Amino acid sequence: MKKTWIILAVIVVVALVIYSSVKGTYNTMVTMDEGVSASWAQVENVYQRRADLIPNLVNTVKGYASHERETLEGVIEARSKATSVNINPENLTPESLQQFQDAQSGLTSALSRLMVVVEQYPDLKANQNFLDLQAQLEGTENRIAVERRKFNESAQSFNTFIRTFPKNIYANIFGFEKKSYFEAEQGAEKAPQVSFD
Amino acid sequence: MIKQFLYILALFIGFSVSAQDIPEKPNPPRLVNDFANVLNPQQVTQLEGELTEFARQTSTQIVVVTVPTLDGYDVSDYAFRLGEKWGVGTGDRDNGVVVLFKPKTANEKGQVFVAVGYGLEGIIPDATANRDIVNNEMIPRFQVGDIFGGLYNGTKVIMALAAQEYSAGEYHEKVSGGGGGAGIIVVIFAIIFILSLFRRRRSYYTGGSNLPLWLLMGSMMSSGHNRGGSFGNFSGGGGSFGGGGSFGGFGGGSFGGGGAGGSW
Repeated sequence: MKKTWIILAVIVVVALVIYSSVKGTYNTMVTMDEGVSASWAQVENVYQRRADLIPNLVNTVKGYASHERETLEGVIEARSKATSVNINPENLTPESLQQFQDAQSGLTSALSRLMVVVEQYPDLKANQNFLDLQAQLEGTENRIAVERRKFNESAQSFNTFIRTFPKNIYANIFGFEKKSYFEAEQGAEKAPQVSFD
Repeated sequence: MIKQFLYILALFIGFSVSAQDIPEKPNPPRLVNDFANVLNPQQVTQLEGELTEFARQTSTQIVVVTVPTLDGYDVSDYAFRLGEKWGVGTGDRDNGVVVLFKPKTANEKGQVFVAVGYGLEGIIPDATANRDIVNNEMIPRFQVGDIFGGLYNGTKVIMALAAQEYSAGEYHEKVSGGGGGAGIIVVIFAIIFILSLFRRRRSYYTGGSNLPLWLLMGSMMSSGHNRGGSFGNFSGGGGSFGGGGSFGGFGGGSFGGGGAGGSW
């Protein structure tokens, strides 16, 4: 009779210990997962900010360089492509992230083409409104870089957390998956070729 | 055993140094950090004094850092990382500004960047930072070699802008708000104390020994006292911040990429 009680007590204690460890780990995972979602939201936020600047920028440039129609339309088109790709933070797979990144880098290159064209218009470059927009655009690119870095940092700490033993077992049971990272743009690691032919 | 411990410690320190090229937070905390030696001691003292006074009045922290090299970082990236690492600005307001300066050398352009914390992005938008601070105040002076003049006048503009966001009155209101929080805690302790007295009296009347409960209450109270004590320390720290003289320390502010820079 007494033995049964002891066994029962041991079971209860063991169950309590397991419960508290699982509970603590699970809750930390949820908190970190939410942290990754929040930093993803910040990433989308700053990309949105860039998209919001574009109509104003295009209109200002159009006033001075109206016959650069092709470049301006390229920017508008890339913008609408970029704003159509949104990812739910629950669904941060390598494929969806790649798709997002491709759409955004399309806009980045369309904008840099526009900035090259603008160099030919001294009147436009002297326009205070344009200079302000240019500063805002640069600031937005800086924000994008910062938020991407912060997202990668939070995704990395989440991934490290869920992949170390024994938390990987819990993560498996509760279905927490590894988050993907932003990678450097394809080709960005190669130094550009300069030729003077 | 001790040797092993020291070895591990050395390894750890070595790692943490090699992992980051961004300089460590200055200790004691300073607002003017002339790592590139472009200012004379008198100029450092003057700038430090004004920035410290401003931080004391408004809680907005403006840090001036000069570095001999950017270690391959982009100037903006360097400034954001430094601001984030040092925690410039207060944690709940993110009201820090980092002015990063790299002198012009024989084969490199001089660069400057004004990094604006999250909380000040509204009052110092990128266009303002670019036009009013960097292009109007700083670069023309840097071009003629007046480094102190550029930094000094640039920070003057930042202070004028930032003063609108967080005024001294607001800051003091917030500090006394913290005192209100302490008041609530005192009331809770008083209730616990009265309840425990009541319990004791009842146990006295019934004659039963209710010691465990009394002990529990007592321990709750003493732990509560501890918490109250640390709260007191906290406000004491605020007092030393307000005491003038030296700068009280960085508060963990965060940077989201606001600000602008230029080169010459």
